Amino acid sequence: MTYVSLLSPVVCVCVSHFVLIGRTSAFLLLHQARAERFFRSDHTNNWAVLVCTSRFWFNYRHVANTLSVYRSVKRLGIPDSHIVLMLADDMACNHRNPKPATVFSHKNMELNVYGDDVEVDYRGYEVTVENFLRVLTGRLPPSTPRSKRLLSDDHSNILIYLTGHGGNGFLKFQDSEEISNVELADAFEQMWQKRRYNELLFIIDTCQGASMYERFYSPNLMALASSQVGEDSLSHQPDLAIGVHLMDRYTFYLLEFLEDIHPASQANMNDLFKVCPKSQCVSTPGHRTDLFQRDPGSVLITDFFGSVRKVEITMETINLTVPGIPLERFGGEPHTETALAYVDQLPVAQIIHQKPKQKDWHPPDGFILGLWTLILLVFFRTYGIKHLKHIF
Amino acid sequence: MAAVEVEKQRGRSAAVAIAALVIAAGIPLWWKTTETYRAWLPAARISELEALQLELRVEVEVVFARGTLSPEQQKKVPASRMREQQQQVDDKTGLKFTYETRFRTATVMEEDALNQPTAAEADHALHTLTETSCGSVVIYIIPEASALLPQDMRVYVGRSRTALLRSQVASVVGAGLPEVLAALDPQMEQVLQTMSFNHQDVTAALTDRLRPGLSTRDSLADSMRAFKSSPGYEITFSLLNPDPKHHQLHWDVEAALDAYIYPLLHKMAPVANFSVDSQILYYAVLGVNPRYDASASAYTLSADSLAHVINPVEARLGSNAASSNPVLNFLLYVPDSLHSPLIIRNDQKQEVASNAFHSPRWGGIMVYNVDGAYGNDTQFPVDIAIDMSRVMGVFLSQLRLMLGFQQTGAPPGFVLEAAGREGVAEWELDRLLWSRSVENVATASASITSLAQLLDQIANIVINDNIAQQVASAVTALQAAVAELEAGNLALALEHSREAISASERAFFDPSLLHLLYFPDDQKFAIYIPLFLPMCVPILLSLLKIFREVQQHRAEKRAKRD
Repeated sequence: MTYVSLLSPVVCVCVSHFVLIGRTSAFLLLHQARAERFFRSDHTNNWAVLVCTSRFWFNYRHVANTLSVYRSVKRLGIPDSHIVLMLADDMACNHRNPKPATVFSHKNMELNVYGDDVEVDYRGYEVTVENFLRVLTGRLPPSTPRSKRLLSDDHSNILIYLTGHGGNGFLKFQDSEEISNVELADAFEQMWQKRRYNELLFIIDTCQGASMYERFYSPNLMALASSQVGEDSLSHQPDLAIGVHLMDRYTFYLLEFLEDIHPASQANMNDLFKVCPKSQCVSTPGHRTDLFQRDPGSVLITDFFGSVRKVEITMETINLTVPGIPLERFGGEPHTETALAYVDQLPVAQIIHQKPKQKDWHPPDGFILGLWTLILLVFFRTYGIKHLKHIF
Repeated sequence: MAAVEVEKQRGRSAAVAIAALVIAAGIPLWWKTTETYRAWLPAARISELEALQLELRVEVEVVFARGTLSPEQQKKVPASRMREQQQQVDDKTGLKFTYETRFRTATVMEEDALNQPTAAEADHALHTLTETSCGSVVIYIIPEASALLPQDMRVYVGRSRTALLRSQVASVVGAGLPEVLAALDPQMEQVLQTMSFNHQDVTAALTDRLRPGLSTRDSLADSMRAFKSSPGYEITFSLLNPDPKHHQLHWDVEAALDAYIYPLLHKMAPVANFSVDSQILYYAVLGVNPRYDASASAYTLSADSLAHVINPVEARLGSNAASSNPVLNFLLYVPDSLHSPLIIRNDQKQEVASNAFHSPRWGGIMVYNVDGAYGNDTQFPVDIAIDMSRVMGVFLSQLRLMLGFQQTGAPPGFVLEAAGREGVAEWELDRLLWSRSVENVATASASITSLAQLLDQIANIVINDNIAQQVASAVTALQAAVAELEAGNLALALEHSREAISASERAFFDPSLLHLLYFPDDQKFAIYIPLFLPMCVPILLSLLKIFREVQQHRAEKRAKRD
């Protein structure tokens, strides 16, 4: 069974490579199929919300999981402006990290997933249940910048990836709070009511992950989990130099699968369901497609992980070249440009050329008075009150 | 003994008093302090919004020019007529189209205007004569022998809200006015469907309320391409120069925007706010390698590789971090000297005249070749001034598509005057206003009803007073918008619908509406039991004891009596 699951992405890759390189009639047929695909999946943009819910050094693998999925999603085309990445982000610069500024996902330090263009939107203590739900439902305070918002519309496909420590019906956020499956289902229902997604793919890599999608009731949701209720998701491989486990098994094999996907690939969701069977993962991955309207076999991986834009050729243009008519300025005469300069941050003129200001005299404040009173008292106590006449 | 008895009595009354206090004061206090604050929402008015009956009224004025009516028919004019079309879109939404038509004959000045040599000039002259209100349509019926239109064209739609319709009813002797009108009806219906709204547009605008799957394929493509109604849009014009060593590009984008884009945006001011900015990116490359085609001696980009062009570029485009409005990007790419000229080929391997493509809900990219501007032995970098009128022609048409003006598919026999420098004709704007008003009304009503439903469903969401206020004002504005649509005042209807949608969005997305943490029942018990059980057990036990003593006392009394 593992051979089949390993073979199918290879076959897909071969087929798609052949299609791209060859200039045969198969190419033209695929063209027509692509034109038809404009209507097969009605999404126009892709978003990804990637959340790592753990902090602390021994949860290194959760951060590596999330960053690996982030890398794949970026490689397949989703831009940073469409990715909301929530990480505790305390791995790369952790005091215990023998290789600072790196997060590795393969042992022997093969692959550094941290890189130098990671854009973390919610870091450290900002990764809370409240912020996660606010991002999903859109109920953020008006001062939130664009990069921290999920600005999806009714034609967006969203990928949500959660990883961390979980249990039966809940997911632990940063060792201090938890999100339950009922809340998550309610959040998705609120997203559906406001048509904030077209289709949503939910992947969770925690212990007993299947319990988190049990309560979903909104349409167009597809869910994958790394383990069933009662099972633990296991980690993949420790690195003896770094000293912690680097990745979880399910995400490791998911990543292997995604490395074979490129933006024009035709692999579909049925291949994704076969990732990491029980023999490799020890736990049984599960999936849920009953709320999804399309058949999973017709859903491409790049519908969620990549961002393949639909394009149309612009057939019509407006003829604006009317010779002899000068461009009129709309809105009147242009105002003359006044030279702009920065305001001085420090009042330099005052500092350099000023005379010392005459400070007003203030009587000595309580502390000084008290101190001197104490000194006098001690003196007279020690040496006797008869010395008072020497003072006054 | 008496002291013990008194003591016991005191004990009993103390226990009863405490129990009474707990039950009478404690339980209501606990209930009140642990309930979530929910302000009152106008639930009755909201449930009225669930079943939406929209009526769209168009005022049509039909003007008969000289020669189209016989004298006895002319005597019957002026007249007026109202025609209604009812449609039930789904079980909750109904539509009614009302055309209120007034017939009259042309005035002398209008006759003079119609005597112009070409249709465009006639339209211009007519436009200066009358002031048409937003949403109305004026149709001039011209005689069949008129030379204004070419022979096979029946209708000319001008740049404002007027149309010229060639009357095909040869004035039959003896026919009364009703027969003439009846013969004109189908053609007028076609004109109105082109210039105002038709069933497909309105249904497409109502998609927020409808179950998914009800819209047709073409309307789906249109609805996917244009942005959804939003209070504001950001438009960014970018110049991509991958080769600054060879090309020194100059584009006078400010003047071009002033001349070509701002008139359109100014006309669209009742629809949304626009903020425009521009940028120049150096060393920005397309993500796709173009292939050299020897037959055309140019580099080509095939249609299927265009989809992969946008993503690498988008990562480098800046956007305004402060606003959450949708962004439209218009990119002008000047290919580097090694890959010039670069042409785009469509599916049939033909060159595309505009050399541009666009992506739905994102923007457009145009490839501008400058290899013709210099020879081989010029000194690099070459100063090149970009012809902004050509560029803006393409961007303007792409902008129109993105904003929701559909591609003009003229029905047979129609001549639709191109919008030209104004960017958009008034009737096209009216079409957009109709569909935007309906879309706003649909979205706002869907938001409010789903908010009410959600607040009912999820019991532990706090509803503050300002939410209730927003909802109330949204409902009021919505009802006003529907009323204005019924009355035919399109501009007012759009204004009210914009108010309604902004109020409903603010209410729905208020940050305070986050639902409180969900506690499963066993957790609730786990919290309450340590608090209340130690207090309640003595009270209950003492009440039980009192009860048993009273029973015993009663039994003794009965025994004594017997």
